[in-house]
Formats: sequence, C-alpha cells, structure tokens
Amino acid sequence: MINPEAKLSEKVFDQPEMAPTRDGFGKALLELGDKDSRVVVLCADLAESTRVLPFKEKYPERYIEIGVAEQNLATIAAGLANYGKIPFITSYATFSPGRNNEQIRTTISLNNVPVKIAGSHAGLSVGPDGATHQALEDIALMRVQPNMIVLSPCDVEEARKATLAAATHDSPVYIRLAREKTPQMTTADTPFEIGKAVGLWESPHRVQVAVFATGPLAYQALMAAKELEYEVPTVVYNLHTIKPLDREAIISAAQEAGAVVTVEEHQIAGGMGSAVAELLALECPVPVEFVGVHDLFGQSGKPEELLEHYGLNAAHIKEAIRKASARAVRS
Amino acid sequence: MLTQEKLQELELKAEAIRETIIEMLVAAGSGHTAGPMGMADIFAAFYFYILNHDPKNPAWEERDRLILSNGHIVPVRYAAMAHAGYFPLEECLTLRKFGSRLQGHPERLRLPGLETTSGPLGSGLGQAAGMALGARMDGKKFRIYCAMSDGEHDAGNVWESAMFAGANKLSNLTAVIDRNNIQINGMTENVMPLENLRAKYEAFNWHVLECDGNNIAAFVEMIDEAKAIFEKPTVIIAHTIPGKGIKEIEFDYQWHGKPPTPEEAKKFLSELRTLKGKIESEHQ
Repeated sequence: MINPEAKLSEKVFDQPEMAPTRDGFGKALLELGDKDSRVVVLCADLAESTRVLPFKEKYPERYIEIGVAEQNLATIAAGLANYGKIPFITSYATFSPGRNNEQIRTTISLNNVPVKIAGSHAGLSVGPDGATHQALEDIALMRVQPNMIVLSPCDVEEARKATLAAATHDSPVYIRLAREKTPQMTTADTPFEIGKAVGLWESPHRVQVAVFATGPLAYQALMAAKELEYEVPTVVYNLHTIKPLDREAIISAAQEAGAVVTVEEHQIAGGMGSAVAELLALECPVPVEFVGVHDLFGQSGKPEELLEHYGLNAAHIKEAIRKASARAVRS
Repeated sequence: MLTQEKLQELELKAEAIRETIIEMLVAAGSGHTAGPMGMADIFAAFYFYILNHDPKNPAWEERDRLILSNGHIVPVRYAAMAHAGYFPLEECLTLRKFGSRLQGHPERLRLPGLETTSGPLGSGLGQAAGMALGARMDGKKFRIYCAMSDGEHDAGNVWESAMFAGANKLSNLTAVIDRNNIQINGMTENVMPLENLRAKYEAFNWHVLECDGNNIAAFVEMIDEAKAIFEKPTVIIAHTIPGKGIKEIEFDYQWHGKPPTPEEAKKFLSELRTLKGKIESEHQ
C-alpha cells in the first residue's frame, strides 16, 4: 500500500495530473526571485525550453544571457558565485554538465562555489530529438565530483522543492530535469529534504524486494509495485537525492528485503543503481537487478516507445522485481 | 603617478620575486620557469602598487580581485604574495610538496588570497567576467584583473568569455595577456597562430593596449589608462620575455615546463643578484 507519510496525490492511480519536471524548476525560480536577491539565472540560449523565461521577464536585471556557450555558462557562474551570488545555470543536460564538464569540475566543484546546475531534457523521454539530446550519463558525470550534490526529482512538485532546497544549500548542486510531461505523484505536503529518501510504497506483508527509483520513472516503479501487490511484496523508495545517498534507508530496506531493484532513466554504468550497489557491496551485499540503459545510445521516437524499447517501463520493472525476488538472500 | 623611488622599489621587488621563484623551483624539483620569470615585473606592480588589497585580510570584501587564469605560472604569484606579507617567505620552499598550501597549480580553498583554482587553461577570463558582472550589479567599486597566457587563447572558452565581457561592456575588468610567444610545443605562431591578437580583441568590443611587460612604468601607465575607459573592458597585451632576468634561458621555449637543477639555480641566482646591484646603481 501507499506509504501514508508520503502524502501522495489522491489521484496517483486514477488519472493523475501530468506536467514536466522542468515546469517545477521554473516555478521555483520565480519564488526564489522574490525571496533572495542574490539569485541570478544564466541561460545558454534555451530560455523557453528550460523554463527560465518567466524569471527573465520578471527579473530582467538578474537574468544573464550567455548564448550557445556552455563552457562560458559554467565559468561565468563560477565567478558570480565566487563573488557572492547564487547562480542557476540552465541548458540541456547533454551540454551542461556534458560539454562543460571540466569547467564544472575545476571552477565549480574544486573551487567549491555554490553554482546550481539545472540539466534539462535528461533521459530517453526527450523523444523525437534523438540520441544527441538524450542525456544518459549526467548522473555519472556529476556524482563523481567531490562537493557536488546530485538531485533527480520524480515529478513537477518535487522539482520545485528540489530547486528551492538547492538555493539554500552551501554546495554546488546538480538538478536533473526532464522535458516530457509525467504523472504528478507528490503534493505540497510530501516531505522533501536533501539526502532523505521518500518511501512511496510498503507492502503490509513480509517485504521480498526493495525498489529504489529516481526521477519520473519512480512512477513506473510505483505502478509495478501495485500491480505485483499480491505476488511479490515490495517496498519502493524515491531517491530524489543520489548524492549524498540516504544510507540508512537503503541499508535497512535492503537488509529486510534481501534483494534490490534500482530504476533510472540513465546508463546503468555510473548511475543511481551503481551508487546503491557500491553502498550495498560494502554494508549489505544482496542481489541487485538494474533497470536502466544497457550501454546504448538512445534514438528518435515517442517517449513511451523508447521506454518500452530500452526496457524501462512498469512491465520491465515487474520483470526485474520477479528476478530479484528469485535471487533474494533470505535470512 | 609613479615616482622614481617607487619605480626603483618595484624593480627591486621584481628582482626579489625572481630569486624566490628560482629558490622555490629548485626546492620543488618540478614546475615552470619561463612564465613566472617573465611575469615577475607585472606581479611586482600588481602586489606592490596596483592592487587595493590587505595581505592580513585576504577576504576583505572591497579588495581588487586578481584572477590568475594560467595557473601553471603560480610560483610568481606565491612569491609576490609572500613578499607582500600574505604568508611567511619560508613557506615558499614547500611548493608542490605533500601537505603544502602551495599546490603545483593554485587551489583557492587551500591558500587564502588566491581567488580561484586554476591550471586547466581558458577558464579564468569567464570567472573574472562573472565577478565583474556581479560587482557591477551591486554597485561595487573594486576592479577585477585577469592574468592570462597567450597560449591559452587556443582554448574556445577564452573567446566565449571575451565575447561575453565585450557584449556586457565590463569596464571594471582588465585582462593582461602574457605575450611571451611560447607554449609547450614551441612558438605560438607555429603551434596555432594567434595574430592578429589586437584586431581579434577589438572585434570583440574590447579596448586594447600594448606595452613592454617587463617595463614596470609602461605597464602601470596602461593600467591607469584602463581605469579611465568606461565603455569597454580593457585588455593589455604585455610583451614579455620568457625567462626574463637570466640570459641563457630567455626566449627559450624549452624552459616553459622545467625547473633549474641546483647547479643552474646557483648560477641563475648570482646573475639575478648582479641585476639587483644594477637596479640600485641605476636609480642613484
């Protein structure tokens, strides 16, 4: 059953409202504009699609146009943050933190200045734009940099909260955003704290598999858990923070279940599943099934076609849960 | 206005910085020689005349910011900072050693006063421009200087930042290019030609000045002119001699990335001390 503490939308299983996570980011920027005059927004010629246009219109003096120059996007922001501003930089994730990775490493992470990097259009669900624009390696790029916080919100409301939380954090932060509309699961009352996983689902029976999902696919994981309600008892966690991981929640859920499934719209190599597996190998070695992209680039198509082709939707997650259950270490 | 007394003082500081650079490099056993030696005059001018700063309070909010983009010449900055009183001169001998605040390439978080972390080339100008823009948004009066190499102009990020600073008319920003014509693989014009550098910056909406970068009086005059330009950022193309001060290494690109041996250092130091005597007698 749904974890009541998650305060999920009442409509979560009944035609939930749909919105892209990037919308939540844009909404939060407007709130931040009012709240903190140090907040500035830098954009690499993608104001509308990264949802910073409303901020630009309301706070033109704090909107900084960079043009199609992502290396400069990072370095200008590093200077602004070094001076005392709280810069948010926006582009598509393939370009930032993709193209400008070294600038982020040296001038933001190693400098340890509080630049907030919003990588939009992450994952396969960018759809028709194809492989060049489908970031499947951004979590890996960001989580290996010391000082960097990595956030991957599951829906529009959580993206709003993640953005607000990023602004008040002293560290550099990466926020992973998606282009496509996805179900709105969480509400204003759903708890959000950086580094604290949110339990979405918990079977009243003895749990056999712990599912850790991140980003909008958390909804698919929830659907899979519900559909397997009477077959495999599970617990489902939304890991909106990939770095730092919620060690306690992950270890205790894995211990109790004896098997784990991770779910993400990202390469399996280096992503959230890898982070979870690194932790479990050390603290609680149990079998892990990874739902993610298997060392492939994406391609053009409708988001749902791509999730099906690359094995990322609820049906595939159910398969992974069954496999994990069969491999579980029972005490 | 630079008086004769002040000029002599700055020249002697530059000479002292050069001695410290040689001592640091020979103690470290690795590092870059040509660039730091060539820029000693400019760093003496910055730390002992141009910058509005407080060595005892490196985080002072109203300080001028000096960004070093080409981090590999940092021995000249460490030496200048030590002579200016940021930290004890003896600490210079810890350069590049385990546990030292004086990392092989400068790290902001390890040593107060460095402003930024640098080494990977091409990213200093963007950071300087970001600071300049932030300062202007808040009506701050301090100035931002960015020391760069000529070789790093091969990097696209430099031109992205130059375009941005020109477009935003960041007149509180002054870039200084160490135009010593060498880079690791040889002469800049053979590796990847940069000329016409002046015309390139002018086309990017910068005010361009040129001077002899080993002539402190000429350099200070350019800095003063830059302060009087209100419509554009200014770049000073400072023509320097790599390895300046030691005849046998001057102009030789092979001294870009290696330190002197102890025997060479002994010879170089004695040559520098002769130079010191010359400066003292010249101004008498």
